Amino acid sequence: MTNMNEAVAPAQSAPIATPPALKLKADSLRRLGPVVALGLAIALVPLIAGSAYHMHMAVMIGIHAVIAISLNLLVGYAGQISLGHAGFMAIGAYGTAILSARYGWPPLLGLGVSSIAAGLLAFAVGRPILRLKGYYLAMATLGLGMIIYLVISNEVWLTGGPDGMSLSVLTVFGIELDSAGKWYWIVGAILLLTYWMARNLVDAPIGRALRALEGPDALAASAGIDISWNKVRIFAVSAALTALMGGVGALYSGFITPKSADFMQSIELILMVILGGMGSVFGAVVGAGIVTMLPQVLTSLEHYESLVYGVILILVMVFMPKGLVPTTAHLIRKFRR
Amino acid sequence: MSDLQVVALSKVFGGLRATDDVSFSIEAGTVNSIIGPNGAGKTTLLNLITGIYEPSSGDVRLGGKSLIGKPTHVRVGMGLGRTFQTPQICHNMSAIENVMLGSHLQLDSRLAPAALRRRSIVSADKQCRARAAELMNYVGLGRYLEESPGAMPYGALKRLEIARALAGSPKLILLDEPAAGLGAPEKAELSQLISKLSESGVTTVLVEHDMKLVMSVSKHIVVLNYGKKLAEGTPDVVRDNPEVIAAYLGRAA
Repeated sequence: MTNMNEAVAPAQSAPIATPPALKLKADSLRRLGPVVALGLAIALVPLIAGSAYHMHMAVMIGIHAVIAISLNLLVGYAGQISLGHAGFMAIGAYGTAILSARYGWPPLLGLGVSSIAAGLLAFAVGRPILRLKGYYLAMATLGLGMIIYLVISNEVWLTGGPDGMSLSVLTVFGIELDSAGKWYWIVGAILLLTYWMARNLVDAPIGRALRALEGPDALAASAGIDISWNKVRIFAVSAALTALMGGVGALYSGFITPKSADFMQSIELILMVILGGMGSVFGAVVGAGIVTMLPQVLTSLEHYESLVYGVILILVMVFMPKGLVPTTAHLIRKFRR
Repeated sequence: MSDLQVVALSKVFGGLRATDDVSFSIEAGTVNSIIGPNGAGKTTLLNLITGIYEPSSGDVRLGGKSLIGKPTHVRVGMGLGRTFQTPQICHNMSAIENVMLGSHLQLDSRLAPAALRRRSIVSADKQCRARAAELMNYVGLGRYLEESPGAMPYGALKRLEIARALAGSPKLILLDEPAAGLGAPEKAELSQLISKLSESGVTTVLVEHDMKLVMSVSKHIVVLNYGKKLAEGTPDVVRDNPEVIAAYLGRAA
């Protein structure tokens, strides 16, 4: 057992005293470094993007990255699976479309209201279903996503059914947001803000409480954590943020169909989190980038596209079971020692 | 002054009375033990006190207030701390973060201020970390602060749990078989730690099989058998009680 390590365990030998000022700097560097790096990356992409199509991909990655970060808070940190997040995306997308196109609301108001509505739905449904664990929770969230998909597909009078719905071009402060190039900066700003807030959240006491939810209930409860309340509120926050980005995606593309709410979309979102790394905010961004781009890169393989895609996923999971970012970070630390 | 009062407590599972009309009270700031042969109902009693089970009848009071009907995390807020038979540690965080987790109720856990990194949250968390480091030194884990729990020996994990429980500033700490799985030197350290705990004013209740430890640290012992209280008193009284001897060794004609 682990007992035998006793003699060799003191890896944490007496630390070399660091002046407080220097330590503080190192601390804020560790904290702000990734935020600055992401900001630079966002600023540089338009310079290297060769075409409007590249910018379109960048916008899609940005939208997915925000959703993956919010889903990662639920799945990677709190350890609660959701196979229904595409449903929340669709609530944001269709809510915005219906409220603006059918009822004449200002699109941004529709976007805000539908995001909050998705959060409230998650809050209401979360109470009963988040008591479930593992496979059962997966089934319940899957069911939730399917119900949303079915409602959108079938209520033709409201949603247009399989034909989808169009949204008019959004105008903000007199600027027509009619190109990927313009949307890019909006999505980039949301991504950077979300990234910063998610990092803050996981570093705070609430971040520890969320990570404790992944373990046995008795452990979290004995630390004074209200398990049900914390699961439900992170589920609601995650759903609201996902709906927000669903709505942003709808306003950006100008056209939505029920396909965006289907099961495969939920799977792709989960895939971003798992591939990038559970419990890593940066991992979610990387995962979103890969899952969004890989199918495009592989289209040149024609018939073998899905096969290669599947094989890549299997290989990553076999050799990097913790996901790309945590495994790479671990290797770098090991290499430095 | 009594800290924990168990009043006519019963828990029935189907036809089995796992806890049967048990009453005792525990004096504040002392070390106490609950002992009994396997199946005597010690774990059930512990689960009733911590709120994992609700009793069929009876009451549990901490500092005069009833705990019945309150969820575990609320009881923790009322001053109840505990450790587990097999250490329950979060392996997705460092040792010191596990201890900081125990301070959850003393910290601001709202989402929005945390996401915006409000100064009050950051500074409170810094203090929490400093206190957790102190507690780790107190239980003898000063060299493991940033260690990953997976790399720590079993005995250290058991003490890490004690530090986590102490981080919640409990009035009463329940230690579920703290000596189980420990070697002799580790047991000696544990015994010292338990004495230190009561000196610092924390009421301690052990559920333990190791009689040497129980007899050396306890001021008061409650003996259970078949869910009923068989005897209670000082170590000497309990040791000489013929019914206790019979329960442990089998009844001699």
